[in-house]
Amino acid sequence: MEIDPFIFRLSIFILSIFVGYYVVWSVTPSLHTPLMSVTNAISSVIIVGAIIAALAGSSQNFFETSNIFGFLAILLAAVNIFGGFLVTQRMLQMYKKKK
Amino acid sequence: MSANLSALFYLISGILFILALRGLSSPETSRKGNYFGIAGMVIAIIVTFLSVGNFGPGFIYVLAFLLVGGSVGAFIAFRIPMTAMPELVAGFHSLVGLAAVFVAISAFLKPEAFNLGLVGNIKLASLIEMSLGAAIGAITFSGSIIAFLKLRGIMSGAPITFKGQHLLNLILGLAIVFLIYYLCISQSSNIFWTVVLISFLVGVLIIIPIGGADMPVVISMLNSYSGWAAAGIGFTLENTALIITGALVGSSGAILSYIMCKGMNRSFFNVILGGWGATDQTSSSKSNEQKPVKNGNADDAAFLMKNASSVIIVPGYGMAVAQAQHALREMVDSLKKNGVKVSYAIHPVAGRMPGHMNVLLAEANVPYDEVFELEEINNDFANCDVAYVIGANDVTNPVAKSDPQSPIYGMPVLDVEKSKSVLFVKRSLSPGYAGIDNDLFYRDNTLMLFADAKKMTEEIVKSL
Repeated sequence: MEIDPFIFRLSIFILSIFVGYYVVWSVTPSLHTPLMSVTNAISSVIIVGAIIAALAGSSQNFFETSNIFGFLAILLAAVNIFGGFLVTQRMLQMYKKKK
Repeated sequence: MSANLSALFYLISGILFILALRGLSSPETSRKGNYFGIAGMVIAIIVTFLSVGNFGPGFIYVLAFLLVGGSVGAFIAFRIPMTAMPELVAGFHSLVGLAAVFVAISAFLKPEAFNLGLVGNIKLASLIEMSLGAAIGAITFSGSIIAFLKLRGIMSGAPITFKGQHLLNLILGLAIVFLIYYLCISQSSNIFWTVVLISFLVGVLIIIPIGGADMPVVISMLNSYSGWAAAGIGFTLENTALIITGALVGSSGAILSYIMCKGMNRSFFNVILGGWGATDQTSSSKSNEQKPVKNGNADDAAFLMKNASSVIIVPGYGMAVAQAQHALREMVDSLKKNGVKVSYAIHPVAGRMPGHMNVLLAEANVPYDEVFELEEINNDFANCDVAYVIGANDVTNPVAKSDPQSPIYGMPVLDVEKSKSVLFVKRSLSPGYAGIDNDLFYRDNTLMLFADAKKMTEEIVKSL
């Protein structure tokens, strides 16, 4: 019997939770705020789905309802991607060691 | 681009995201980590363009939306003051949530674009995944909006509770599960929309009963939800990068919530079910008029600190409100010139989000190796001459160690009272968020400095 590909994705998911668990526990508490802003930025990789949604269908008529939701999602995710990474960068630049 | 090749690239971008979080284990490696994250994102976006392979006029629109959103994001990122980080993060979470909802809606309306079957005949697993993604995304969105409004002060931070609240939430939660089940049988779009609407409502209802000072837990929790929403969409789209990222973000937020709850010695459910302080206020805030306090001014404080050999600063949310971090840093500079050893003690739940105080101190150019966590520094209070408490309150209350009746009993607190003298900057004797009188105010070794945190610190700088 063949294994459903869903099981493979579930395996990736569960293993990633474990990876996340160990990686996040090793984050120093003083960087918890940048951790939140960077996790926010990377979760905006949902833009992948938004791009597929926006470009779906024929190239003449790309403003069907489903496309519009795709475009809106691109807009929201893009705010997050740029905002998230840049604000994280700005914060991390402030952390300095004693001279 | 073939599906297999793009799947491999998505895996690479997932790994880069793991490295981005890994980098945050120390400030030196963190900047490199952020670049890994950016690289992962760039790869994911380019691979998606190549695998869709549609470079018609639609592509131009995609780029336009990307640039407009990106410029807005960049503008916000450069302009936002560091004290406003909690509301910024809450606001950003709401966007991720809404984006997840939109993608799920789009997939429901046009499943063939995502290889999920046809309208009215969507694959069962995909239907479950997308409705879960949409539901969690909607909860994240409306919940984050409420958190944003509370943090921004547009909405009162006081818990909003009403009779039967928990029962209502339970019913709505069960309704979502039931409707998703029914959706799988009927494939009806009306039910899909109902699920989304109820989820928006649930998001509002679960955040309103949570009070202002519990915001660190709320933000972490919403962080976690946004991850699970992304993972749900990742399963729908069969996209490895999204699944990995969703799992990472989901567990990250969950761990942060756990750390914050532990910092308050409360269970997660206790926080979620809300309304701390609202019930205990009557019993705790009586008879604080009679007790004598010692009242000092900036000169007294300057004198005490100048002659000390070691000073520990205890910052709290009040420092952020008063924007006192720069004045504080000036004060510490002049103390250091006088040969005083200064360090900072940060309680896990100081501020309105995890690590809030650390960022503010970093902004004021305080080196991060002078800033310590509770466990690292708590024993040092016994050997320290002056503790300077600025904007913190409940996290210093010795009652948490001594009075089993107190609502904060058992919460880890900074042992501020063990230092030879305590300088407590506060605007009035009013109790803190928990509605509990702070025993520290009436101790013999405590000198109260009644003033705005920033003004008092500036005056001390002048007297030094």
